[in-house]
This record gives sequence, C-alpha cells and structure tokens, in this order.
Amino acid sequence: MAGAKEIRTKIASIKSTQKITSAMEMVAASKMRKAQDRMAASRPYSEKMLQVISHLARATPEYRHSFMAAERERKRVGYIVVSSDRGLCGGLNSNLFRRLVADIKEQRANGVEPVFCTIGNKALGFFKRFGGQVLGQVTHLGDRPHIEDLIGTVKVMLDAFEAKEIDAIYVAGNTFVNTMTQRPIIRQLVPIIGEKQSEMPLHWDYIYEPDARVVLDALLTRYIESLVYQAVVENAACEQAARMVAMKSASDNAGNLIDELQLIYNKARQAAITQEISEIVSGAAAV
Amino acid sequence: MAMTIHVDIVSAEGAIHSGQATMVYATAELGEVGIAPRHTAFISRLKPGDIRVENEQGEQEHFYVSGGMLEVQPHVVTVLADTAIRARDLDEAAALDAKRRAEEALAGQTAQFEYAKAQAELAEAIAQLRAIEKLRKMKAS
Repeated sequence: MAGAKEIRTKIASIKSTQKITSAMEMVAASKMRKAQDRMAASRPYSEKMLQVISHLARATPEYRHSFMAAERERKRVGYIVVSSDRGLCGGLNSNLFRRLVADIKEQRANGVEPVFCTIGNKALGFFKRFGGQVLGQVTHLGDRPHIEDLIGTVKVMLDAFEAKEIDAIYVAGNTFVNTMTQRPIIRQLVPIIGEKQSEMPLHWDYIYEPDARVVLDALLTRYIESLVYQAVVENAACEQAARMVAMKSASDNAGNLIDELQLIYNKARQAAITQEISEIVSGAAAV
Repeated sequence: MAMTIHVDIVSAEGAIHSGQATMVYATAELGEVGIAPRHTAFISRLKPGDIRVENEQGEQEHFYVSGGMLEVQPHVVTVLADTAIRARDLDEAAALDAKRRAEEALAGQTAQFEYAKAQAELAEAIAQLRAIEKLRKMKAS
C-alpha cells in the first residue's frame, strides 16, 4: 500500500486541478450566454441583406455578379475554417477537423485541390501539421469577435475566387444545436445558393444611387462577410458550451477520484495505527 | 397623429436602433437625403456620417455610421450599417495582412509559449484524471 504522505500530496494536486476546472466551467457558462446573444443579434442584418439581394437579383436579371453566377467546373476550392483559439473544449475542434478531412479526401478523389483560410489558433495549428496551402489566417479574435478582423481573411478568398484561382468557397465551423450538442458543418458560401423564393412578379423597383451594380457589389461582399461572421460567433458559442461540458465532467471525475483516494488514505492511516499499537502491545508482552 | 415610418438600423454585430420616425436624414453617396413616410423605394450606399432620426415628439436622435447601405420602402427604412471603416485600399491592406500572418505563422513559431505550456499541463492533468476514471471503471466491472 502506498505511503500515506504520497496519497496526501496526490489528493492535494487533484484538488487544485479540480479548482481550476470548476472555475473554467463557471466562466464558460457565463460566456456562453453572451455568445448566444451575439449569435441572435447578428441574424437580422444578414436576413435583411438576403432580402434586398434577392430583390436586386430579380430586378436586374441582365447583370450577374460572379458570386451569384452558375457553378463553374471545379479545380480548386477554398475552405474558410472556423475554429477556437483555445483548447480544453472537448472534441469540438477535432470533430470539425475530422469532418473536414473526410470532405477534403472526397474533393481530392474528384480531382479538386483544396486551399484554406483559417480563423482561430486551432485551425492554424492543424494545418501546420496536416499540410495544405493556407492563404490567409486570423487568430485571437477574443470573446467578442469583430467583423473588422475578418474582412481581410474573407477578402483573400473572394479575391482568389474572382481571379478564378478557386471555383467555390466553403465555410467550415460548428453549429450550435444545444448546450450538449454541437455539430460540425461545411456550408457553401460562393457561388451563393439562393433559396428558391417564390417567383413573385415585380411591381416596383428601387431608385438606385449610384446604380444597381455598385449597390449589388457592395451588398454581396458584406453579405458574405456577415455569413462568415455568423459562423465565427456561432463557433464561439459552441466553444464555450463544449468547454463548459468538458470542464464539468473533469470536475466530477476529480471529485470521484478525491473520494476514492481519501478512502485509501484513511485505510492506510488506520493500518499504520493498528500496526503501531500491535507493536507496542507485543513489545509490552515481551517485557 | 403624424405619419410615421419605421426605422431599423442594424449592423452585422447587432441591432442599433428600431422605432418609428417622422423623418430620417442620412448621408447617401450622392449627397444628404431626407426621407419622409411613404417615400418611394430607394436604395443607396451610405458615406460615413450622421443618421438623424426625428421622432413624433420632434426629438432628434443621432447615430454615427461608418458607411453601409440605406434601403427605403414606403413604410420601412433599413440602414445596414458597417461597423468598420471601409475603403478599397483599407480592405486591400487587411487582405494582405491576413496573407502575411498566414505565411509568418506557418514559417516560424510565435511566442505564445507560456500560455500554451500552461494549457498543455492542464490538459495533461485532465487526461490523467479521465484515464484513471476509466481504469477504475474497468476494475469495478
């Protein structure tokens, strides 16, 4: 049986780990709520934009922006990979990467070469190990991601698309199902897959200033940025939820372990006392 | 009651304002515009500047936007505000920055060593706990 002192130090070290994990759990819980609010707050903007874009697309059928053009033959595709900056959030990032690797394999089997833009530390680290061409990256978005920080990374991809270096852009990130479940998902960003809207006849049109194309161009870029931003905010909410669950189970495990070690420690101590008494007694008997 | 028009000012990061107004003023690309209720459908880019919303009590509220889009329908005005200052060369610079960061990050190690180390240690401790827990369950069964 291990010495009582060793067990005591072990208990102390597990206790301090448990303190850290339970603190992280509470922090994650409060951050998750805020992240969810941000997730909801970003929706009206892109919904409104989609509405205007689909109106414009119908109002000016002769002008097709390349983002809305029909699919072209795919040789290279771009992935914007949204990950967390920090670890200790369960299998969140590794699930995403596993899903991504499966997708990449499929693309390669069809003779399509993928390139990447990464958002967050973990994705960057992954592609360092995994290999693959990374065109742009941004890390350390913090708890409150700002759209400014994403403009550059998104533009790298959009520029590559317009230069016909890549033929489609996907965004890979986690979707928030509920606190316990986050699902990795890969969505196509460009060309924009328009949801089939009811073809209502146009009775009216906007007055454009300066003209429809300029307005549409500006809208499309912002729309795509806002979709990426949403993916980032959603991933942030997922990160906090996953961390909360992971830290909760770590704290629980630590608690169980402490109980068990405490029992072993008590037994060891009792055994030592019994032994001491029996030594004294037998010593006394010998005298 | 005075005629009013509904005004929504939204940005990608959240709603900024929503309410009724009797008049809205904004800095459009080709000059300042004033929008009264039942204005005809109109869409324009916005220049950085003020948006003034006049409510039924005649009070004016000011919002600063650093650009964006203005969409007007007879009963609704929507301002899709940018939260960042946008210009072609600024966007270009941001894109170049993103590329440069990617190259740097893939080329060399950056100094986030302390945090990474601490995190690795904690992750190890948690992994140990989990392993022990599993072992214990195996023994029990």
